[in-house]
Amino acid sequence: MSALEAQRPRAPSWLAGRGFDTAVFAALVLLLWQGAHLWGGEVAMTTPLGTLLFTAKTLASAEFWPHAYATLSAFLIALVIAASSGILIGAVLGFHRLSGEVAEPVLVAIYSIPKVTLYPIILLFFGIGIAAEVAFGALHGIIPVILFTMNAVRNIKPVYIKSARVMRVSGWPLFRTVLLPATLPEVFTGLRVGFSLTLIGTLLSEMFGSKRGIGFVLMQAIGLHNMDVIMSLTFLLVAFAGSVNVLLLAIDHRLHRRA
Amino acid sequence: MSEAHVVLDGVTRVFARAAQEPLHALGPIDLTLKRGEFFAVVGPSGCGKSTLLDAIAGLSVVTDGVVRIDGQAVAGSVPPGVGVVFQDDASFPWLTVEDNIAFGLRRQGVDGAEVARRVADALSLMGLTDFARAYPAQLSGGMRQRVCIARTLVLQPRLILLDEPFGALDQQTRLLMGDELLNLWRKTGATILLITHALDEAAMLSDRVGVMSARPGRFLEIVETRWPRDRDSTIVSSPEFGAAASRLWTLLRAESLKAMQHQARAQTV
Repeated sequence: MSALEAQRPRAPSWLAGRGFDTAVFAALVLLLWQGAHLWGGEVAMTTPLGTLLFTAKTLASAEFWPHAYATLSAFLIALVIAASSGILIGAVLGFHRLSGEVAEPVLVAIYSIPKVTLYPIILLFFGIGIAAEVAFGALHGIIPVILFTMNAVRNIKPVYIKSARVMRVSGWPLFRTVLLPATLPEVFTGLRVGFSLTLIGTLLSEMFGSKRGIGFVLMQAIGLHNMDVIMSLTFLLVAFAGSVNVLLLAIDHRLHRRA
Repeated sequence: MSEAHVVLDGVTRVFARAAQEPLHALGPIDLTLKRGEFFAVVGPSGCGKSTLLDAIAGLSVVTDGVVRIDGQAVAGSVPPGVGVVFQDDASFPWLTVEDNIAFGLRRQGVDGAEVARRVADALSLMGLTDFARAYPAQLSGGMRQRVCIARTLVLQPRLILLDEPFGALDQQTRLLMGDELLNLWRKTGATILLITHALDEAAMLSDRVGVMSARPGRFLEIVETRWPRDRDSTIVSSPEFGAAASRLWTLLRAESLKAMQHQARAQTV
């Protein structure tokens, strides 16, 4: 038995690793994509290769960058607002139990309604332009950041604070060396979810009430049925959101492994 | 040995409650811990054992009476030279074992070389040297509790308070941890106050065992064990141990019943 096993060729290490799984998955996606093209034709879906070529052309064109810049700046401002005020509000609601208990069902309700229904109100408030985009993006992203931060603060084990007090640590050092690291993994998860939702919110806002940005170009292309533009922009968005999310998820796992 | 280290004088704790009468949790308690003695506290659940520990450690303010450590009144903040080990796992999951142990020293601004030396000593004393770079999540419950004990010990406390530190561990591990605790006690010469719900643990480890009544917690009796200083867990097989443990149980049985009836009544109301 053992002699037989010794003779059997071992799988090379690249076959066993995560890289191999990813490669198989990517190949399957490409295969399905190509299949969808063959089935639906050029009017429904461009080929993977065609999309890549058009994406390269888009990236080289002068018209693309102002729109990308517009989307990116609205998104980043919205993200900063969602993250900073989300953490602040979440921390207050976490430390002040009663406020947290009152706010939680309201927040969960807002979290679960489609925010598009609030879009007319946002538009009336901020008008067409970057202000509405930022507001709509931040509205999407802030809720998960608040909820995760609030729960992170609530779930700090009291014994951590007691232990710190016994070691005569209080005030700012207590915050920096105990409260902050104790809540970091959960807060980070909130930021990761907030990142994705803020991007969705910003793009939605550009699609429905804007004259610039990737969302706007996408909507225009849909009106003109320009499959090349639709596919290459979608590909770019997926590539951007996907790779950032892989990175954030890796950090998230690292933080949670210790907790 | 007979010099007083900790003196409790009429210590009482009453908790104010919203829309209910105040809860008289503890006391009045008079107690003197001699320097270097090993004192255990046993009592029925909910009798105020942890409240007593919080009062001595300065983690809470007493309603009446005074706690003095080395003659200094404890007033709502943790006095120097006091270390506490809690029942809940208090190791910080975001720090490695060695960083956990170094935590208190670094916060006190002890210089790096001294921190490294003392942490290395504590690691070897608690048998954690091979796990210095591990995170608590990679360790068993018993090992994590050792990290907490080491973190307390590096600060070289003269008074160590332990609140059911082995409560979450299995019986074998508890007995072995008890041996280690006795070892530490002999090496450091510190005064130890151990709160436990395990009568055998109390009977095996301590010089004296204070038996508390049901709420409001008071000392019913203080039992002297008269073990030699170099004792270890093998004494559990001696007839004297059996006598000590059964004496504790005789005292506690009626109180535990009372505490259970209290709880049952509270639930039916």
